[in-house]
Amino acid sequence: MSTALAHPLAPEQRAVTGRDLGWLSGCLLFVMAPHAVRVPWWLLAFALCLFGWRTWIALGNRRLPSIWLLIGVAVLGMIGIGIEYRTLFGRASGIALLMMLAGLKLLEMRTHRDATMVVFLCYFLVLTNFLFTQSIQTAVVMCGALVAITGALVSFSAPHRKPVADLRTAGLLLTHAIPIGIVLFVLFPRVQGPLWGMPQDAYSGITGLSDTMAPGNLSQLSISDAIAFRALFKGPIPGARQRYWRGPVLWDFDGRTWRSGPRRPRATDDLVEGEAKYEYQVVIEPHNRNWLFALETAASLPPNAWISNDGQLMSYSEVRNRMRYDMTSIAGARRNGPETEGSLARGMLLPAGYNPRTLALAQEWRRTIKDDGALLQHAITWLVEQKYVYTLLPPLMGRDSVDEFLFDAKRGFCEHFSSSFVVLMRSAGVPARVVTGYLGGEINPLDNYMTVRQAEAHAWAEVYVQGRGWVRVDPTAVSVPGRADSGMANSVPQGDPVPYLMRADSAWLKSLRYNWEALSNQWNIWVLGYNTERQRDFLARIGMTDADWKDLATMLVSALGVIIIVLLAWSLKRLVRPDPVQQAWLAFCRKLAAAGLPREPHEGPRDFTGRAAERFPHAAATIRSVGEHYISLYYGAARQDAELAALRKQVREFRPA
Amino acid sequence: MPAALRAPGARLSAWFYGKRPPEHGAITLGHRRVYIVPTRIGLMFAATLVIMLIGSINYVLSLGYMLTFLLAGMGLAGMVHTVRNLARLVIVAGRAEPVFAGEDAQFRLYLDNPAPWERPAIMVRHEASGAQTVTNVRAGPGTEVVLPVPATHRGWLDLARVSLETRYPLGLFRAWSVIRPDYRCLVYPRPDKAPLPPSSPQGGAGLRQATAQGTDDYSGLRAYQPADSPRHVAWKQVAHSEAMLTKQFTGDASAELWLDWSLLPPALDVEAKLSRLAGWVLAAEDAGLSYGVRLPGTELSPGHGDTHRAACLTALALHEATTR
Repeated sequence: MSTALAHPLAPEQRAVTGRDLGWLSGCLLFVMAPHAVRVPWWLLAFALCLFGWRTWIALGNRRLPSIWLLIGVAVLGMIGIGIEYRTLFGRASGIALLMMLAGLKLLEMRTHRDATMVVFLCYFLVLTNFLFTQSIQTAVVMCGALVAITGALVSFSAPHRKPVADLRTAGLLLTHAIPIGIVLFVLFPRVQGPLWGMPQDAYSGITGLSDTMAPGNLSQLSISDAIAFRALFKGPIPGARQRYWRGPVLWDFDGRTWRSGPRRPRATDDLVEGEAKYEYQVVIEPHNRNWLFALETAASLPPNAWISNDGQLMSYSEVRNRMRYDMTSIAGARRNGPETEGSLARGMLLPAGYNPRTLALAQEWRRTIKDDGALLQHAITWLVEQKYVYTLLPPLMGRDSVDEFLFDAKRGFCEHFSSSFVVLMRSAGVPARVVTGYLGGEINPLDNYMTVRQAEAHAWAEVYVQGRGWVRVDPTAVSVPGRADSGMANSVPQGDPVPYLMRADSAWLKSLRYNWEALSNQWNIWVLGYNTERQRDFLARIGMTDADWKDLATMLVSALGVIIIVLLAWSLKRLVRPDPVQQAWLAFCRKLAAAGLPREPHEGPRDFTGRAAERFPHAAATIRSVGEHYISLYYGAARQDAELAALRKQVREFRPA
Repeated sequence: MPAALRAPGARLSAWFYGKRPPEHGAITLGHRRVYIVPTRIGLMFAATLVIMLIGSINYVLSLGYMLTFLLAGMGLAGMVHTVRNLARLVIVAGRAEPVFAGEDAQFRLYLDNPAPWERPAIMVRHEASGAQTVTNVRAGPGTEVVLPVPATHRGWLDLARVSLETRYPLGLFRAWSVIRPDYRCLVYPRPDKAPLPPSSPQGGAGLRQATAQGTDDYSGLRAYQPADSPRHVAWKQVAHSEAMLTKQFTGDASAELWLDWSLLPPALDVEAKLSRLAGWVLAAEDAGLSYGVRLPGTELSPGHGDTHRAACLTALALHEATTR
């Protein structure tokens, strides 16, 4: 296969073939497919047009477009992206740019050098997928993509082979890469990112509780299977009625939306009483807000966090990565010390001119009941009597949303219950506030982690009672007792859109789900959650405390050196398949040498066997036969398997002495 | 070639690879003589990985780290595989059939692959001439590679340095090795397309001597050649035309023809004389004559046939020859 090229192995001198083009286009489309739903429709159409254009050129053996035309197309695309995203440097616009560039690069791909650049672009596009999801499924799918992309790269270096052979080579290379990859992953000195300011849109699309509550917010969240956080308890596990995970506390109501308003740090911190103490570790999913979640009532403070005077745990920075913290909580505890006048006043504010019927009812109660505690009890009793329906699909409420819920619709979700109850209390002149968070959590029997999902988002109320402080009242649980005991999914009417994973399902499906979630949890902790801290823990466990980056680099380099040497030695050893004929002959010579007759270097097989036959006359026939077989097998034209077997048998049974 | 005339690159590579004498027999590429460096593509791959690493750090992508490190591992594994594609390859020199100067000597090399798998895309390149070939070396012995090396001068043509190079499997690294097999090809002098000399019974300036009593017959005329004896010039015809013509004679089929060096015009230099003799050897063989060659210090008695022809041409090729 001679070629006229100056250097046939140089990639810049080999033209791309139709096969290369097809393979690379397939890889690009595969790694860009998950982005298809994330970019505007026109960009998707634009990118597909570029692919179509390249295919049309290839099918008709037409000339590639000039560089000026391509620059024109690129500028057009960039203007479009600039208008769409208002920037070229965000995460979303960066991906849009990459998709366009991939199409353009195909149109400019002439040699294997260009094709190799496309391969590198594919690798980079694999990485961009991880910006959105790093689940086990994504990892598996992208491993497949990696084999296909690497196969393309291999095919450039080994033309005229079957694609299967290239894919097999790619698989072999990636298999050999695994030990090196793991060593680098574990030992490469980790830097806590980000290195520079992130684009504005870096964390968009992350769901979680917000610090406002309008009708529909929580029911929106409740259709999400996504995990909010996990908790692993060291000792006893709280019962279903104790699983109130406190989040943002909402004070300010404008008739429609509740807001948290300004928060101030708590001045004093002294808990009194309490029923049970729980110690646990929380692994919280990133939600891009400051709040952390803890069981009521938090009795410790995670590092880099503070607690507000309304009892909300706050991190100093937004939770943008999966984070772990240890917590202690005491169920049923309450805080000592009087509440400030300002807080109490804020807890009684209501927007003027809203919900007149609620106001009238509350003021009627107030006239007959003077004691706040008794009034609260009365309100709860009234709530139970009214027989409200808990549903994910409440009717739309108008301007006086509380009135409509309490007296007309009588159907609602926890946000309606809590909001209405707090308005009712405030109307009666009792300080009250809305608390949002999560109610629930499911223990995975495999790893004992409690999983709390976004669907378990909940809102309840707190009422200030003189002498008792802020008392938790969950109007939802009061009206619909099943919500706290058996979860959201079992409390709503049949036909409501309950998230798939929250439904009561068959036993085997449940066990499948537990297995999968335990696996995901390990994946989150050991793979996705491996950071500077974990690295330090790991090194301490293998006996390296206070390892700095120099120690890590030394370890890393030596580990890599060992792996490469082992790999090299192994593959060189596999290069030579020992010749069975020669092996048998050498074994025969060793036996004779042991009997005192070593072969001289100059002696051929005929001379040597002749000499040996004279020395050991009783075995002369065997010795001569071995010599003849060896000569015929080693120097003869065609090898007979039967003769080889005979030679081996003779050598094995040969006893010179 | 004197050392001073060598290009600096050649001197550098001579220093780098050492003045290794030609190697006899089968040459095994031990892994110590396989060199490896990253290619430009390899450096670009490293740059891509650095960008991916920075992206992973900035966006705290654990799978991004994993991907980057896996690809780095793949690059290193690729390095080992590139060495492996060349290491332990056994090169056996084949037979190079003699050629005439001006033709390409066909050097045959056999690549024996002791590994049980194919070694794709190995380039074999003759350093001096740039002759090269890319081949997939199958498992087992005997993948043949032919290097056509231009033979410019008569005598022995040494194959000299041959490099083997591969970039398989990823193209990120370039592994190569240089061998110098003890392998040469005989180059006959470039044959002059000269017609056979006319005979002369007296033997004087003629090169043709009949063994039987002078029965040479005039057979015709042909164009004059500078080496023709003035006695054979057809002066009568020359007087009538512008062209110089020489009378031609045919002899007995059994006549012996001596192609004698000493009777060639002294104006010709050594190479021209050898070219003329080589041309005559070919012509005499084609004409079915029995011919002998007389060189200073060598005499090949008249004969005929391929073996005789080869012996005569070899004597011409090696006359006062220096190995190149």
